[in-house]
Amino acid sequence: MPMDLSDRDYMSSGHVGCPGCGAAIAMKFVLKALGEKTIMVLPACCWSIIAGPYPQSALRIPLIHSAFETGGAVASGVRAALDMKGDTETTVLTWAGDGGTFDIGFQALSGAVERNEDFIYCCYDNEAYMNTGVQRSSSTPYGAWTTTTPGADWKKMRKKNIVEALVAHRIPYAATASIAFPEDLVYKVKKAKWIKGSRFLHIFSSCPTGWGLASELSVKIARMAVQTNIFPIYEVEDGLRYTINFMSKGYLVKEYFKLQGRFKHLTEKDLDQIQEIVNDDWDLLLRKAGLFPA
Amino acid sequence: MKKVLEGSQAVAEAVRLGRVEVISAYPITPQTHIVERLSDFCADGSLKARFLRVESEHSALAALIGAASTGARTFTATSSQGLALMHELLHWASGARLPIVMAEVNRALAPGWNIWTDQTDSLAQRDTGWMQLYCETGQEVLDTTLQAYWLAESVNLPVMVILDAFFLSHTYEPVDVPDQEAVDRFLPPFKPRFQLDIQNPCALGQMAPPAVYMEMRHSLQQAMEETPQRLAEMETIFEKSFGRRYGPVEAVACEDAEIILVTSGTVTSTGRQFLQDLRRQGEKAGLLKVKMFRPFPYESIRRYLKSAKKVAVIDRNFSFGASGIFAQEIQAALCSLPVHPIVFGYIAGLGGRDVTLSTLEEIYRKTRDQDLPSQESLWVGLHEVDHANGSF
Ligand SMILES: Cc1ncc(C[n+]2csc(CCOP(=O)(O)OP(=O)(O)O)c2C)c(N)n1
Ligand code: SF4
Repeated sequence: MPMDLSDRDYMSSGHVGCPGCGAAIAMKFVLKALGEKTIMVLPACCWSIIAGPYPQSALRIPLIHSAFETGGAVASGVRAALDMKGDTETTVLTWAGDGGTFDIGFQALSGAVERNEDFIYCCYDNEAYMNTGVQRSSSTPYGAWTTTTPGADWKKMRKKNIVEALVAHRIPYAATASIAFPEDLVYKVKKAKWIKGSRFLHIFSSCPTGWGLASELSVKIARMAVQTNIFPIYEVEDGLRYTINFMSKGYLVKEYFKLQGRFKHLTEKDLDQIQEIVNDDWDLLLRKAGLFPA
Repeated sequence: MKKVLEGSQAVAEAVRLGRVEVISAYPITPQTHIVERLSDFCADGSLKARFLRVESEHSALAALIGAASTGARTFTATSSQGLALMHELLHWASGARLPIVMAEVNRALAPGWNIWTDQTDSLAQRDTGWMQLYCETGQEVLDTTLQAYWLAESVNLPVMVILDAFFLSHTYEPVDVPDQEAVDRFLPPFKPRFQLDIQNPCALGQMAPPAVYMEMRHSLQQAMEETPQRLAEMETIFEKSFGRRYGPVEAVACEDAEIILVTSGTVTSTGRQFLQDLRRQGEKAGLLKVKMFRPFPYESIRRYLKSAKKVAVIDRNFSFGASGIFAQEIQAALCSLPVHPIVFGYIAGLGGRDVTLSTLEEIYRKTRDQDLPSQESLWVGLHEVDHANGSF
């Protein structure tokens, strides 16, 4: 898939993300794909800091920081005001973490997409509340350590399937993407840009700091998440048509776990159990895409 | 043109005349008539606005924060639990210096579900950086809503136009609805000082470290301090076109008064009648209606109250563990005077209980016959409650 990207960057160097931050990589590609006619709504998350303090900004597009749970609502207001001015061209983009999307912001997001508000909502998923120091969110995967799921209390609930929740709203476009598959990510952003109504992108964004991961492995780990089917990349149009964008050979999840500190307490038995969950979820996705599990 | 309107409809007329561009709201009794009327205006094309039917009050205000930041004139309305749910974003709107206007229909907070009037909901938001304007009549509601946009946009602060549940929101009165042309002259289109603009990208509301945060907050207070002056200017313009003015407070027969009753909202109307009766009986009484609660009009309050012997403040609200909120603020305003009147604080009419002429009579008598208040706050008209049998 050709990338077809301009040389222009809308994110400058000198941002204050950690080395190897997947969320910074995600932002760079998404903005390149959207271009300058974009207004961003940014609820509280790591990116509230990464973007830089007053009076600086690492982004070259207009940006409104907002309260943690308001990503869907503030974007609705920005869109409404642009429409009143007759500007239907500018893309309104909400950029939120998994906590701001799956948890506290879910009500506003659900409300907005039920109204089919015309905006793109990007959730960069680092699988915990990183901004406040690595606490569990409903996106934290089964088996993971966080500061609020420490020791023997490692997370024993599944990761919430946010895309399915959005798909249930029958929104025009929902997709997952990964920083390790930039061509696919850019293709999805460009596609989303020309669709009307609510569009949702769920972008897997590794977090060396929160995951106990060497920063140079950030992209590699994101690739492994797709290759192991822990984080499949796919699209769902109009809540019905599923397309799986990468058919993995199904590498073993324990290879993925090995490189990260947050799973190191898991026993062989735990790992087998997780492998089973991942296999089942993958089979289910294949069926939704009209494919038969192997 | 004169029309017979509910207080709620008077708000909606003003929003229409003010050419508001984005409305966002969530239903709650007794605010609903406002948004229903506005929905009609949007549906029949008499108001060209985007109406966002959001899923909560929290989102209603969040959406307006987005819309106002993009340069639109905005409106919402709420009451009670809805206002409480907005609390976080009330701070956000003022901190971001957005001229959002909201109609707030004073309603009691639960539990004990109660939809009737009580000011504790709005007064609990007194530290959020919103101007608060309390209204007495349907005409005042309409005029104040228009004025609120002028004020908000001139100092970049949000405004709450506050009206009593039912006594004002659902009461029909003759209201003079001005011409569109006259309103357009008074209220030109909103020109934001800053906005989200792809031609001129900037970041709004970002991290403000200790080196800058305090100055940002101070600028908000400076805007508040500028407001009384701006209000006077605005009212002069308003009066020229529409022949009415209100002031931050209204003093009735205060010059020679020994006892002054302080009221806000619809209790004022009952107070006016009561004052006439008192004066007829030869009592040296006066009435001060407080319309502007934020910014608090210290100057005017001192001017009208300073030569009285006693001041009886009627609070339809309560701050638990302390006292009535208007009384607290009036005490604070007066105590810096070398000689000042004694302030009696009365709590009356909570949860919509009627404040009648006889309630006011009791308040007046107690104030006149005691040298000092026996307690911080004197509750008027409390029933004897038999807790054991649940009867009273
Ligand atoms: C109402 C409210 N509660 C809590 C917070 C504190 N808070 C700010 S960011 C954050 C976590 C954000 O997590 P996520 O959305 O996953 O983004 P990340 O930080 O991981 O990038 C929390 C809990 C807040 N700002 N507002
Ligand atoms: S904590 Fe994680 S998500 Fe946040 S800036 Fe650092 S690497 Fe990025």
